[in-house]
Amino acid sequence: MTRFVDLTLNGISTGAIYAAVALALVIIWRSTRIVNFAQGGMLMITTFIASALISSGASYWLAFVVALLSGFVLGGLVERLLMRRVEGKPPLNAVIVTFGLLILLEAVAGMIWGNTPRSFPPAFSIRGYSVGGTRLLFAPNDTFIVLVVLGSAALLALLFRRTTLGLRMRASAFAPEVARLLGVRVGGMLTLGWALASLMGSLAGVLVAPSVFVGPNQFDPILVFGFTAAVMGGLDSPAGAVVGGLLLGLALSYVGGYEGSALVTLAALVILLLVLMVRPQGLFSTPRERRV
Amino acid sequence: MNALLSRARIPAGARAPVIALLAGIVLFVASELLSEYNNLQLATGCYYFAALAGLTLLTGLSGQISLGHGALMAVGAYTAALLIGNEHWPLLGAVLAATVMAALVGLVLGAAATRLRGPYLAGATLAFAVGLPALADKYPGTFGGENGLTIEPPTPPAFLGREFPLERWEAWIAGIGAVVVLLLAENLRRSGMGRAFRAIRDDEIAASLCGYSVARVQLTAFVFSAACAGLGGALLAVVLQLAAPGAFQLQLSLSLLTAIVVGGLGSLAGAVWGAAFLVLLPGWSNDIANSFSLSTKVSSNLPLAIYGVVLIVVMLVWPTGIQGGARAAISRLRRARGRPGTGPGTPRKRELAGAASGPVSPASGGEAALTNQRGDPER
Amino acid sequence: MSATLLQVEGLVTEYGPVRAVDGVDLSVSEGAVTAVLGANGAGKTTLLRTISGLVRPRSGTVELEGRSLKGLAVERIVRLGVAHVPEGRGVITELTTEENLALGGLWRGRGAMPVEEVYELFPPLRERRRQPAGSLSGGERQMLSIGRALVARPRVLLLDEPSLGLAPLVSREIMELVRRMAAERSVAVLLVEQNARSALAVADRGVVLNLGRIVAEGDASDLIADEDLRRAYLGF
Repeated sequence: MTRFVDLTLNGISTGAIYAAVALALVIIWRSTRIVNFAQGGMLMITTFIASALISSGASYWLAFVVALLSGFVLGGLVERLLMRRVEGKPPLNAVIVTFGLLILLEAVAGMIWGNTPRSFPPAFSIRGYSVGGTRLLFAPNDTFIVLVVLGSAALLALLFRRTTLGLRMRASAFAPEVARLLGVRVGGMLTLGWALASLMGSLAGVLVAPSVFVGPNQFDPILVFGFTAAVMGGLDSPAGAVVGGLLLGLALSYVGGYEGSALVTLAALVILLLVLMVRPQGLFSTPRERRV
Repeated sequence: MNALLSRARIPAGARAPVIALLAGIVLFVASELLSEYNNLQLATGCYYFAALAGLTLLTGLSGQISLGHGALMAVGAYTAALLIGNEHWPLLGAVLAATVMAALVGLVLGAAATRLRGPYLAGATLAFAVGLPALADKYPGTFGGENGLTIEPPTPPAFLGREFPLERWEAWIAGIGAVVVLLLAENLRRSGMGRAFRAIRDDEIAASLCGYSVARVQLTAFVFSAACAGLGGALLAVVLQLAAPGAFQLQLSLSLLTAIVVGGLGSLAGAVWGAAFLVLLPGWSNDIANSFSLSTKVSSNLPLAIYGVVLIVVMLVWPTGIQGGARAAISRLRRARGRPGTGPGTPRKRELAGAASGPVSPASGGEAALTNQRGDPER
Repeated sequence: MSATLLQVEGLVTEYGPVRAVDGVDLSVSEGAVTAVLGANGAGKTTLLRTISGLVRPRSGTVELEGRSLKGLAVERIVRLGVAHVPEGRGVITELTTEENLALGGLWRGRGAMPVEEVYELFPPLRERRRQPAGSLSGGERQMLSIGRALVARPRVLLLDEPSLGLAPLVSREIMELVRRMAAERSVAVLLVEQNARSALAVADRGVVLNLGRIVAEGDASDLIADEDLRRAYLGF
């Protein structure tokens, strides 16, 4: 029984991280109809930057903030300089470009920092809470993870739904041509969307780094999990991304707990395929008919 | 190539075997002339070609993108290694079995993925690529864990003589595999199924209205490419005498993707260019690293960095790759000489770039393209 | 004589080999409604899209109060005071009625028309303010898109087939509204319509396009009176 509780709590914590990556992918998909496979590489780089700062003596929180800010900047730069040229072209081109960027980022990280994974400190204690004599597999750090991810998601939701900036961003995502006719600087809104998404991704990166270690390829599974969670919730739905992330976290926690961690990524594949076969638009999306 | 063959008056039905025969002759002659080291490179190029041929048909002709082919090569490699090493199967049987095994895995994966489009298929195959190598850790007994499985080098048959170099024999084995793949792939491309691939890539709805079963055609493309990848993987295991997880990480799938993009999506000649690219690039990159005295950190990651840059640049600037560029150049030459160009340059571009935009689009700047992408202002 | 707000000269727009707009000159004055008529494919929509910047012309000029709009981005042109209600109305269905309206005035900031005023003009919208725009009827959507354009207090209003898909009664109301707006708010209106009769009923001047060229122009009353013209190009 405690095992089950432990796995559940662990699942919520890892699920929050998948939710953050999923949210990043969803925001970008909604605004530019591109699945940003390079997200895994982008958050890896910003986590490396944080790691380098910590190694040279900076405080954790400074590194944390720098990671988020550099994520924001990186996202904006990638959209403006690179993705702008493939928006509106056939999706195949964008997919290939994002993969190109992924390899490039991983290679550059290897060049700068080497390929050996290195450790990364957690924000808070990872010693599980003690409840009635037993130590749970859920620690203050996990509470932090869940709170900060849910909190950021809530802030983003507020931004999108309650501010005029958010209104412009939504209009740019739903109907870019009409938005331009209403004087909205659609290009800038798309860049901002990427920047915010990438900030979410960087958040996930620093939160997950203590468990996966920081290395050029260490975050590949996180990309897979984030994508799976986003698809589960529906690529169009930010709420779906959060729910999908939590559900996936739970599911994979159980698989990892009872079957061993090696199969976890393949389990995600199975879940992904099941979702795509049974309800391809995801749990939360309204299906859009394709216009003939 | 087609033009040359038609000028030589070779009937359409015989073209694929002729091409395969020519390729076989070229490979044979090359293997005789090259040094041992270069023969090894030739063998490497051949098994890459086997995998790339299938992948380029899948991606270029039928428009599906798969990140999983590195993992499918792993399936072929491990199957061959297990059969040869543990069960002592003969070479041919093991390679065939490996191909079939990979085709079966491709069948399962493909069946689950038939309805997937673009990024969804990419993501699913990405999951496969990242997840499969972990099986080696899960079942270290069978799969040899991190060190993988080793097999005995293939011995050349007695009639070739005692002194027959191993590398040349490997080049022959891989070369035969490559020629067989070339024959089958070229046949497939020219057949009704090949036309179906193209129809579905260009417009699924129109194609299904014409009676093509979209799911079945996509599955066929996927399974065929999986079989090719399996064959390539089996040949890899034979040439390297090793099947280890390190060789089949996500990077392999990504380098395969780079190779077909560079060579030109959908083109078998492009697969040749791509294979050459994969074989020669690490060497060139090492030379660069040495001449600039770059550290190991940098030099070991340099090929990957180059792949990344290449993918991005080619996709942005030159979506039709080398083969498309060659075609365009030839057609421009033709026009300059006053002969009617077959115009493959431009239609090829449209095949790739025009696909998703629908039947008629205004000469686009960004704005018009944006409209097409999102479609209608009002739904 | 009221001021010319919009001046188009020698405008040529091509779609590949096709000249959708083939040398068009026209001008629209403050407070006047100019109807652009012609059959499907005559180039009317392309003309509007060229003026608002969605499509780049091959040659020719478009001037707003003497200022050239050449090469400017769509958003820039809009912020200079051009409003374009596109074919199909362009209502953003995922947003609410109120959000659509708010969106229209964002770039104007404080100078925008208060949303209340729009509700005065179009009472049905008030009831639907919180509902997603996708749930509005055709007529309501037309009101919404015109209202949204007005919020920004434009100088020039480009209307693309506002009566499309609307019942005749609703369509007539909309047309009346357009005429009132032009007069009351000193807006120059360029009205593209296939329904020539209703357009000419509210327009001051008319321009008839065929295959991208102007084949007739003049005061609306003259065009109505010309029976041959009506039969040939306008369908009534």
